[in-house]
Amino acid sequence: MKVREFLCKKRKTMQFEQILQYTFSGLSTGAIYALIGIGFSIIFTATGIINFAQGEFVMLGGMLTLFFLEVLKLPLWAAIPSAVAVSALAGLLFERLAIRPLRQPTPLNLVIVTIAGSILIRGLAMLLWGKDTHAIPPFTGDEPISIAGATILPQHIWILAITLLIIAVNKFFFYHTISGKAMRACSYNRRAAGLVGIDVHRMVLFSFVISSVLGSLAGIIVAPLTMTAYDVGIMLGLKGFCAAIIGGMSSGMATVVGGLILGVLESLGAGLISSGYKDAIAFIILLLILFIRPQGLFGKAESERV
Amino acid sequence: MLEVSGITRVFGGVTALEDVSFTIRQGAITGVIGPNGAGKTTLFNIITGIYSRTSGRVLLEDRDITGLPPERLAHLGMVRTFQNIELFGTMSVLENVMVGLHTKSSSGLLACSLKMPWSIAEERCIRKTATKWLEFTGIGELAGDTAGNLSFGKGRLLEIARALAVEPRIILMDEPAAGLNSQETLGLAHLIGKIRQMGVTVVLVEHDMELVMDVCDRIVVLNLGKKLAEGTPREIQENREVIAAYLGDE
Amino acid sequence: MKRELLKFLLFAVLILVAPLAFKGGYLLNVLVFVGINTMLAVALNLLLGYAGQISLGHAGFFGIGAYLSGVLTATCGWNPWLAMPFAALAVGILAGLIGFPILKLKGHYLAMATLGLGIIIYIVFNETVDLTGGPSGLSGIPNFAVGSLVFDSDIKNYYLVWTFTLAVVLFSVNLAGSRVGRALRAVHDSEVAARVMGVNVRLLKVQVFALSAVICSLAGSLYAHTMTFISPVSFGFNFSVELLTMVVIGGLGSVYGSFLGAALLTLLPELLRGAQDYDIVIYGGLLMVMVMFVPGGLVRGIPDLFRRMARLREDAGNA
Ligand SMILES: Nc1ncnc2c1ncn2[C@@H]1O[C@H](COP(=O)(O)OP(=O)(O)O)[C@@H](O)[C@H]1O
Ligand SMILES: [Mg+2]
Repeated sequence: MKVREFLCKKRKTMQFEQILQYTFSGLSTGAIYALIGIGFSIIFTATGIINFAQGEFVMLGGMLTLFFLEVLKLPLWAAIPSAVAVSALAGLLFERLAIRPLRQPTPLNLVIVTIAGSILIRGLAMLLWGKDTHAIPPFTGDEPISIAGATILPQHIWILAITLLIIAVNKFFFYHTISGKAMRACSYNRRAAGLVGIDVHRMVLFSFVISSVLGSLAGIIVAPLTMTAYDVGIMLGLKGFCAAIIGGMSSGMATVVGGLILGVLESLGAGLISSGYKDAIAFIILLLILFIRPQGLFGKAESERV
Repeated sequence: MLEVSGITRVFGGVTALEDVSFTIRQGAITGVIGPNGAGKTTLFNIITGIYSRTSGRVLLEDRDITGLPPERLAHLGMVRTFQNIELFGTMSVLENVMVGLHTKSSSGLLACSLKMPWSIAEERCIRKTATKWLEFTGIGELAGDTAGNLSFGKGRLLEIARALAVEPRIILMDEPAAGLNSQETLGLAHLIGKIRQMGVTVVLVEHDMELVMDVCDRIVVLNLGKKLAEGTPREIQENREVIAAYLGDE
Repeated sequence: MKRELLKFLLFAVLILVAPLAFKGGYLLNVLVFVGINTMLAVALNLLLGYAGQISLGHAGFFGIGAYLSGVLTATCGWNPWLAMPFAALAVGILAGLIGFPILKLKGHYLAMATLGLGIIIYIVFNETVDLTGGPSGLSGIPNFAVGSLVFDSDIKNYYLVWTFTLAVVLFSVNLAGSRVGRALRAVHDSEVAARVMGVNVRLLKVQVFALSAVICSLAGSLYAHTMTFISPVSFGFNFSVELLTMVVIGGLGSVYGSFLGAALLTLLPELLRGAQDYDIVIYGGLLMVMVMFVPGGLVRGIPDLFRRMARLREDAGNA
């Protein structure tokens, strides 16, 4: 009797520790999804475009950091901003060369152009850097830290901290700077924004640059945990989109919460049910949300005009 | 024929329609007028099942049709045209009207793709009837043109031809004269008369007062989402509130 | 009407004599794939080009057809001729069921949802190892056979596959010019006006989605029984995008355009054998250039080009 009780109790605490462990790692991947998702939402609210190439900027962040570290032998503190700058440039070029010149910007053509852009970026990355998977060294060592029986890596803390910081900066930008306010005005009503003298084209360009910066940062901070390769952008991009959908395509807290929910559910699902179906979980959530609450978990339904 | 009772629609905080009720007689031409933003298009959208209502009911020949989708209403004999013309732009003028005959034909997916004899016969019949409607509205010579390239006036006529192809018992037209020149407006008035002669009930939203006063048997006036008045064209012309609403707005 | 029939006959004759030009040779094998890809592209075009509804998950339906056929024959010992319609029926039902909620979505959302669906299907192929063999694939799938005639060579498979492809092409051409095809195009141009004309848009979209999926499933069965080996990589997101590329390059809303697109994209990698790693870049570039500069696709772009050249020559003559 005693032995059985003991075993039972032990299993329970183990399960609790496990769940805690999965939750921790889920929160940090969730934070990544949130960053990518915010990138999606920023472009969507400014332009009505879902940028299928969003994930490729995540890839660019990781791969470029690696390139600056290994090939140009820059220190990490210099490699990261350089990678972000180059990604931002790529985002700018993408908008200028592919999105703006589009003669018939129907939703279908926009989907196709952004898909084409993502294939192109991915293909070029493969030609430049090959098909191998690479690791970026963690920012500050890989000595695990133990909390309540679960262990987390310093990189997890980096991810959460940087995400919080970026979200704060983001919020500040959109609510307390002229450019940010102008962008918000555009997202409410493009025509009216144009009429009061806001350069709408410029704001669209801005939205691409900002979301490629967010995407590349996400790619950089996650790379030490998950490794990086030319094709990591597809999955990360799609997961970020799921986060944005859960958040109702808002560029604020709702998407952050969406990302965290997704990350934790995925991590728990992978740990407790089956790791093979880990990626499927995100997409099942995506479909369920789109079917049941297409306006996002926290949004209100709107009707469309005729 | 058509009875609207207590229709209210709220968009967010805006009340676009508030407790609007009126009845439309079989075979009559009824005008719905009112300043911009009065809620006329919203009213049409609710009657034809495109928007949902906040409250109220719509009866078509004593049958409750509240909330029925437009495709069901087409089968019950109700069609409409749109304020911002909604043509099938990439299709030919004739094909546009042929789509109007959708409810009058029945070949399914398989019969069509296997070219069953009856579907071929039906197709021939559709083509002939569609041509007839184009001629009825006076745009027969445009049959082969792409609908998206039509002038505004011809586009409006095509919308009416397409709607008539459904063989409706009641047709709702949203500002059919908007963007037409005076010659075209005259033609339209004539066409509306012909449609009534076929026994089709007509409901007309229109800003061209001359046209409205000329063709309508009865008029309903909306202002700021509420029914302001209802009566014969003469009564409406003499109604003080109506005059005030129009003068106040323009 | 007559013109459409003539066009089809011309196309069919072209297809029938094509193998004479490539006596044997491995190019014949490639032409078998052109046939399968044409079927797939036509199927996607019915949905995308006519009804205007995007799908980035069609590789999934192709895969289900292939795997159902493969497993039922190789593992359960069914006759391929029985497995193929069974798979098609199953896929049709699945697509019909999922079609109702998924086709409520529009534009970008529909694209993402179908993409998600495709990826879920792909993951299932990889994870149900007991059934599908997982990532390492399923082998030992029998060829089609009629009596003692076994379709085990490229030339036999060529005619087998193209018989189906030609049937699908004729079927689609007929559909496009009919009452239902018109309703589909009407939905594309103005959904609200189509509804007012009495078109049951939701049902129609689901019908064409299911039809399109069924054709993909048939193509999947043909693929499985001609290849005799299948693995998940053939049915992933990349292939869905490749199908989309075929349809767009060929020309939305043109059945023969889909053939052009399928032929080009299937032959291209063979012609670029030396530059293997470049094909993904070339796909991306091609897709982008087409959407930006030739949004009508090859079927409209090529005649346009000729017209423009003729005009140039005329101008030069006048000067
Ligand atoms: N889909 C919608 N969402 C929000 N408000 C709407 C919508 N449709 C109409 N409205 C509002 O309802 C009011 C009436 O509009 P409408 O019916 O178009 O007027 P009318 O046709 O008489 O000019 C207007 O204030 C308009 O802004
Ligand atoms: Mg109006």
